[in-house]
Amino acid sequence: MKTKIAVKVDDLTVAYNYKPVLWDIDLEIPEGVLMAIVGPNGAGKSTLIKSILGILKPIAGSVTIYGKPYEKQRRLVAYVPQKGSVDWDFPTTALDVVMMGTYGSLGWIKRPRQKEKKAALEALEKVGMLAFKGRQISQLSGGQQQRIFLARALVQNASIYFMDEPFQGVDATTEIAIINILKELRKAGKTVIVVHHDLQTVPEYFDWVTFLNVKKIATGPVKDIFNDDNLTKTYGINYKVSIQE
Amino acid sequence: MDITEYFSLVFSDYTLRTITLGTAILGAVTGMLGSFAVLRKQSLLGDAISHAALPGIAIAFLITGAKDSNTLLLGALVSGLIGTFWIRGIVKKTHLKSDTALGLILSLFFGFGMLLLTFIQKQPNANQAGLDKYLFGQAATLVESDVWLMAIITGLCLFVLLLFWKEFKILLFDADYTKTLGFNTKFIDVLITSFIVLAIVLGLQTVGVVLMSAMLLAPAAAARQWTNSLSTMVLLAAVFGAFSGVFGTAISASQTNLSTGPVIVLVASVFVFFSFVFSPSRGLLFKQIRVIKNRRDLELHKTLSFMYHIAETHDNISHPHAIKLLNNFQGYTKSTLQKLVEKDYVKLEGKMWRLTETGFNTAANLYTKQSTDDE
Ligand SMILES: Nc1ncnc2c1ncn2[C@@H]1O[C@H](COP(=O)(O)OP(=O)(O)OP(=O)(O)O)[C@@H](O)[C@H]1O
Ligand SMILES: [Mg+2]
Repeated sequence: MKTKIAVKVDDLTVAYNYKPVLWDIDLEIPEGVLMAIVGPNGAGKSTLIKSILGILKPIAGSVTIYGKPYEKQRRLVAYVPQKGSVDWDFPTTALDVVMMGTYGSLGWIKRPRQKEKKAALEALEKVGMLAFKGRQISQLSGGQQQRIFLARALVQNASIYFMDEPFQGVDATTEIAIINILKELRKAGKTVIVVHHDLQTVPEYFDWVTFLNVKKIATGPVKDIFNDDNLTKTYGINYKVSIQE
Repeated sequence: MDITEYFSLVFSDYTLRTITLGTAILGAVTGMLGSFAVLRKQSLLGDAISHAALPGIAIAFLITGAKDSNTLLLGALVSGLIGTFWIRGIVKKTHLKSDTALGLILSLFFGFGMLLLTFIQKQPNANQAGLDKYLFGQAATLVESDVWLMAIITGLCLFVLLLFWKEFKILLFDADYTKTLGFNTKFIDVLITSFIVLAIVLGLQTVGVVLMSAMLLAPAAAARQWTNSLSTMVLLAAVFGAFSGVFGTAISASQTNLSTGPVIVLVASVFVFFSFVFSPSRGLLFKQIRVIKNRRDLELHKTLSFMYHIAETHDNISHPHAIKLLNNFQGYTKSTLQKLVEKDYVKLEGKMWRLTETGFNTAANLYTKQSTDDE
């Protein structure tokens, strides 16, 4: 049986100024994988996600989600931005931020009601943050803020999840809690794409991996392509990771 | 006229009532919209818009020759909007930082506006006098129709704010995410910005180009200190703005030779100062008090845990020890010992001290408690 392609990227080139930060990327992400995007700082990982999600306009190339352009498939996609991309001193509560995940399905003008609130509370519970629902977001620790962002994406109830460094600045316990949620999502048939920095944990957490450094170096199952050769090509130095099976 | 006289006259005297209502409404609407500017960290935006409006006033005068405030403000609106959207364009196209673009447009438009004003001043036309009131504002020139215009625009602004509340909030917090949800962020952004321009233009006659941005920022900055909820912040900013308007008008009306605009801005600044010092959660005063209290608590806890380690060495936890022992411990003072006695953690007997049961248990729990507090 051939698996469906959830996300397809063709000839994608993106530049902020004149120098492209992503160059001619072709990528096919099969449905149901838990995929890591790895690459050094400035490799264009965040840029790739933002381009797929239509936040950035590419110079060239196209992106399809289940064969259709992103604009037609928004409801299928959820996004966890890099934590540092927002001002956490914004005057609002944890529950309120998670509720924002329901705004897309609500559409213009309509206000969230009981149903949306219930969904948000459930998501908070899933990430173990229910006790903090009324907490001002600036008074949450970095790991807790990360979990709030995850809950906001969970509320969207999507098929494909894009997460930009969800493990950034979280402790070991939170990391395990988060990866368990991601694995649950995969079990439910969802596709999860995660920008990841800790190369040691790639084989343990993920079943699919994409190496990126301006160009796409390689993409495929972790067990086939997560090797020193690709790591060296991506990071430029001689890389040795002992892959634990 | 003194202040009490002002308040007794404000309901009967036409001029006073008009000015007071006008400045109150103006303060409310700029305060409300200012919250959005402050939260988007666009503090310079108000300055840029108001300065960008100046050439519009001059050009409107040159074309129509009229001094009618509505015509001039229409000119201000047009050039304010042009300036604002140029700023957006510059940021988008050139990747200059937004404050660079703001500064650029501000000085460019203001310079051009001043040039035009000087030119008009030199004209033999008798009508020219009065244009410079737009520099520092002249609340006394407000008439009832001006106030009506302000009220209508404020009502409109309030309506739009309530209608698109959810969209405004999410855009302010996380613009990229808003885009991925399918909202047209450009539309929301243009909507907010247009209302900010409108509010600023409305205030030019009263407060003037130079001080207008303070009306936008001060009430909102003050309001932010008192609340952690966006809706309360917007509401408070409107209230602070309105009060600044009323008090400013009252003070300047009760003194001769005090122009209203600057006094309103000064009153608003008092709100800011007061809020930054006295707000319970974010104010400097309470922050300082908390720091001092924390330091005291820490000293106390350190002394207690030092005593605990001594007491631990004995089977009987309440075994007396010499006070002299404590002298080796940095941070020990007579007053900390006194505090520990007051809290019933320690008992003193002559030159000896001994831990009480409570003291011992508290000390034993100190570290575990601290680590759970951090969670
Ligand atoms: N808004 C921007 N304007 C101009 N250049 C940018 C902008 N954002 C990113 N870049 C540049 O694009 C390149 C790729 O950035 P990107 O944020 O995608 O990297 P990344 O792989 O996510 O890095 P990190 O691991 O640090 O998050 C970098 O060289 C960066 O300097
Ligand atoms: Mg990144």
